[in-house]
Amino acid sequence: MKYHYFPGCSLKGLGRAYEESLLPVMERLGVELHEIEDWNCCGATVYMATDQGNACVLGARNMALAEKNGAGDIVAPCNACYLTLNKAKHCLAESSAIRRNVERAMAEAHLTYSGNLAVRHPLDVLVHDVGLEAIRREVVRPLTKLKVAPYYGCQAVRPQCTFDDQWNPTSMDQVLTALGATVVDYPLKTRCCGGSLTGTVPEAGLRLTYILLQEALRRGAEVIATICPLCQFNLDGYHDQIARRWGAVRIPVVYLTQLMGVAFGMAPDALGLKRNFLPAEPLLAMS
Amino acid sequence: MKLTQKIKYDADRTVGFGESVARLPGCEGLPSCIQCGTCSGTCPMSIYMDLSPRQVIGLVRADFKKEALSCNTIWLCSSCYACTVQCPREIGITEIMYALKQRAIREHTFPAGFPIAILAREFTRMVTRKGRITETLLVMKLFLRANWRAALASWWLGLGLIRTGRFVLRQEQIQGHRELATMLAQTKETGEGGAP
Repeated sequence: MKYHYFPGCSLKGLGRAYEESLLPVMERLGVELHEIEDWNCCGATVYMATDQGNACVLGARNMALAEKNGAGDIVAPCNACYLTLNKAKHCLAESSAIRRNVERAMAEAHLTYSGNLAVRHPLDVLVHDVGLEAIRREVVRPLTKLKVAPYYGCQAVRPQCTFDDQWNPTSMDQVLTALGATVVDYPLKTRCCGGSLTGTVPEAGLRLTYILLQEALRRGAEVIATICPLCQFNLDGYHDQIARRWGAVRIPVVYLTQLMGVAFGMAPDALGLKRNFLPAEPLLAMS
Repeated sequence: MKLTQKIKYDADRTVGFGESVARLPGCEGLPSCIQCGTCSGTCPMSIYMDLSPRQVIGLVRADFKKEALSCNTIWLCSSCYACTVQCPREIGITEIMYALKQRAIREHTFPAGFPIAILAREFTRMVTRKGRITETLLVMKLFLRANWRAALASWWLGLGLIRTGRFVLRQEQIQGHRELATMLAQTKETGEGGAP
């Protein structure tokens, strides 16, 4: 299974533990990820809010660079990248004005964008291309007794979702179950983490984060699993500020791929688990 | 005593504003809003908004441009798309919020030093010049320009990032950054100029 890989800025920065765990786990499962050469920032929600026409140029350049390397879907692990690339694709298909803009920009760089490549989330690839059975086969250290709250975030499943339900997705639940973990019923699984508002208006943004952490604890979870670098950062990075405002809600937050790596018998150091603010290793060593 | 107008007159409208928004991709559903308020009930941020999402949609459609562009609602939208998915008329409410943000940025109808708008500007600038975002540098720029006191309050966060090897000070830059800048300059003149 071969894919174009679009890491996005976060996986090279704050969310590098996601890449550090994603790559070995995918390799173990026989998934080849080829990083798109000289990819640029997807633009995220921010660029879309500033200049939609140019935001589509950003997306189109990445997809055109991938096309140059042949057929195959693009895998974008960050929820925001996944949404933004899909949105650019959608805008290009729907609006002739945007398409004309993009074509002019593409001509500058001698690139062509055909819109033929699908942009997919690794969760989708794990469940539908790799399959739960193949995941189960790689488990050497089942996460028995580990109670996990599956947190999808918003932009992996909304506005469109090609691989799961928009409100009550279950694909991550299925992967976690395949790892032997106990999945906690977590109705807030697609509620907003606060996005960039945790930094710009913390009194409101961090409140959203607090609600998610509190509910996970209330439901008996010991760890939260995420599939987005911004979700992971928001839920893990502000424990002190949240405690000061509303009281302590301490629960480690890890990437799904880190839990997979642990279950596959990989060393925690090789999975970026040392990069957590609130350490998760003690918990994972016990299980 | 400061007097504020509580009731809006027809004369306060910017005729054509609603239509100009409804012409943008994803915003076509605007005229079909039934003002049910499902968006406001679904939105996790609506408790902080001065106008609810339902009110914003109503005001945009009725051409009340000034009100729609100066409310905090459009900035507090975190793009979680909960409203869009739940809307019984399948209106792209999040897209409409985007369209309003773009207009507000273009027409500078936000308070000076407003952190959300500053983040948008710095983010866009960094992508246009370098092709990639270096998150820690971006956040530092935001704090310096918006609120340096908040930066001091976040010392714990900075230390944590250093400890976990995620504090990056070297700006990421793509090889084709000049080419990308040229590409982005190509579309400059095309905006949606001329809209009311």
